[in-house]
Amino acid sequence: MALLDFFRRRKAGAAPDLDAAALRSDRFRLERQGDWQRLEAIVARLEAGRLRRISDDDLLALPALYRMAASSLAIARETTLDAATLNYLEALVQRAWFQLYGTRSSLGSWLRRFFGGGWSEAVRAITPDVLIALAAMVAGTLVGWLLVSGDPHWFHALVPGEFGGQRAPGASADSLRSTIFGDQQGTTGLSAFAAYLFGNNTKVAILAFALGFAFGVPSILLLIHNMALLGAMLWLFDGAGLGTDFIAWLSVHGTTELFAILLAGGAGIHVGRNMAFPGNRSILAAAAQSGRRAAIVMTGVVVMLMVAAFLEGFVRQLVNVTPARFAIGGAMLAFWIAYFYLLRRRPAMGAD
Amino acid sequence: MVTAPHLAREAKRRRELITPEGLALNLTIASRGARAGAIILDFILIHVTMLVVTLLLMYLAFGVFGVSGMSAGGPLELLAVVWLIMMFLFRYAYFLYFELGPRGATPGKRITGIRIAARDGGRLTAEAVIARNLLRDIELFLPLVLVAGAQSGDGGLAGLAALAWFAIFMTFPFFNRDAMRAGDLVAGTFVVEAPGRRREGALDVSRAALGQEAAQGSHGYRFGEAELAVYGEYELQVLERILRDNRADAMVQVAETICAKIGWTAGRGDERAFLEAFYAQLRARLESDLRFGKRKADKHAMSQ
Repeated sequence: MALLDFFRRRKAGAAPDLDAAALRSDRFRLERQGDWQRLEAIVARLEAGRLRRISDDDLLALPALYRMAASSLAIARETTLDAATLNYLEALVQRAWFQLYGTRSSLGSWLRRFFGGGWSEAVRAITPDVLIALAAMVAGTLVGWLLVSGDPHWFHALVPGEFGGQRAPGASADSLRSTIFGDQQGTTGLSAFAAYLFGNNTKVAILAFALGFAFGVPSILLLIHNMALLGAMLWLFDGAGLGTDFIAWLSVHGTTELFAILLAGGAGIHVGRNMAFPGNRSILAAAAQSGRRAAIVMTGVVVMLMVAAFLEGFVRQLVNVTPARFAIGGAMLAFWIAYFYLLRRRPAMGAD
Repeated sequence: MVTAPHLAREAKRRRELITPEGLALNLTIASRGARAGAIILDFILIHVTMLVVTLLLMYLAFGVFGVSGMSAGGPLELLAVVWLIMMFLFRYAYFLYFELGPRGATPGKRITGIRIAARDGGRLTAEAVIARNLLRDIELFLPLVLVAGAQSGDGGLAGLAALAWFAIFMTFPFFNRDAMRAGDLVAGTFVVEAPGRRREGALDVSRAALGQEAAQGSHGYRFGEAELAVYGEYELQVLERILRDNRADAMVQVAETICAKIGWTAGRGDERAFLEAFYAQLRARLESDLRFGKRKADKHAMSQ
């Protein structure tokens, strides 16, 4: 590289032999190629990520060099038929454009802004959609409860066999109690964590988001279906007099996890709603704009699901009494609500 | 505008993008094959890295520090959980790190010569890159899981419906002109060929300008108005390439073709000087027409 630089400076220093050129387009190239090559050298270093090796002079000259190359290209397209020069300029201007209008933030600085307010801002921006998702989840729970209390056979339709295990209608209160208190035999923290992380709820959250594309309808159906399962479980434990204990057991990780599913569903509905009612934008533009906001929310959902996995894998087994479980679950819920709705700074992290 | 079929094929994948300065940039949509190749390369790279790191950690744990067995509970279990999270996040971090970088491309994309760009000509934002990568899981991995599930028939009718839904996602790039996948659609991005990777991308500084004698015919090769009128820009560019390649047999053949076309008798031994003179005078003529707004795309086009 150093050798090439040396070579380039020598070349640029020597005045091009303009008089020997017979064609105007050749003179055009000879007059400007020194600047083009300077721009090329700067862009090459930007592309390689070696920002420190660019001198201040070069950095200051970059915008002017870019505009000069861009206008050279505009002129060359109309005046020269020298394909080599044209191709070179097209490629050079594109490369410079990609650098000047490329991403401004690295992954690290993006993450800082994300946790420092960008995430909660995005969550607040989709509040109407989160409320729709919340309504769907509450309705789903109620439907599950009402269906099963009307006819217990519904339980087997709502709860898949391998999921329920010994939690089924007709199970004794003691066996139900054993599922929520005490050691869960054979499940260490690690295996519970792994099973969780790649398990049901992550899939539900991603699905709730992905299905938003069909204008949000499948997202709502999915939320209702999954919460009906919860409603059925609630009915089962409540019938055995364990309603409060079950809610406490669930709340340790459930407040975080259900919040995550709620946000994922809200993000899916957000994209679907914007595609169904794009307003003055084109559908593609509306999808892109809402999709970027939903992406921020979904990044956060992944984080929340991991926190939930940690709580489920470790904390829930360590804490074995109902009031303490309520305290942990309630604290997590309070934390998330405070983080999303009370942390109001204005970071520059919009969807547009 | 473009008349010749050899130009029309190229134009199908061309997209014009207006920069904030008002300049139209010609981008070429990346082929679906190049994109498939890029993702396969990336996954090979990701999994080899994960495997090597995991084996190294296991060697350190069991070989060097002499940890015996996997006891339930204890610090080792916590480490295993941390490892699990790292592996889970590694794939996302890989794509985000490289696509947010200055080249806008993962190593696989760089090898196949493609990169991502914002569809509207504006700045490529971090949110857009994240959105297009989040959806990759939905497009690629959930369908594969469902295909495996549908064969065993566990999911029943719902499984088949889900399979159909995801098949739409997976085949999305084949049903739009820009070869966008669903992630691109949501993020407002597309994948284009990276500039400056073609052979012609380099400017040959030492290339001399066309001299006066070639342009004015003082070699003895002087072409009349009618003789230069038979060819257009496309033929000029082919001739430019022939001259740059500088292969003797090709130049002989081209010189003979031109002579036959303009009614000269082909000489022998001086093809390069002949072609240079013809190139210089043809370009001078076409460029002076250009300044008056007259373009002639190729030999079939009527000069207008």
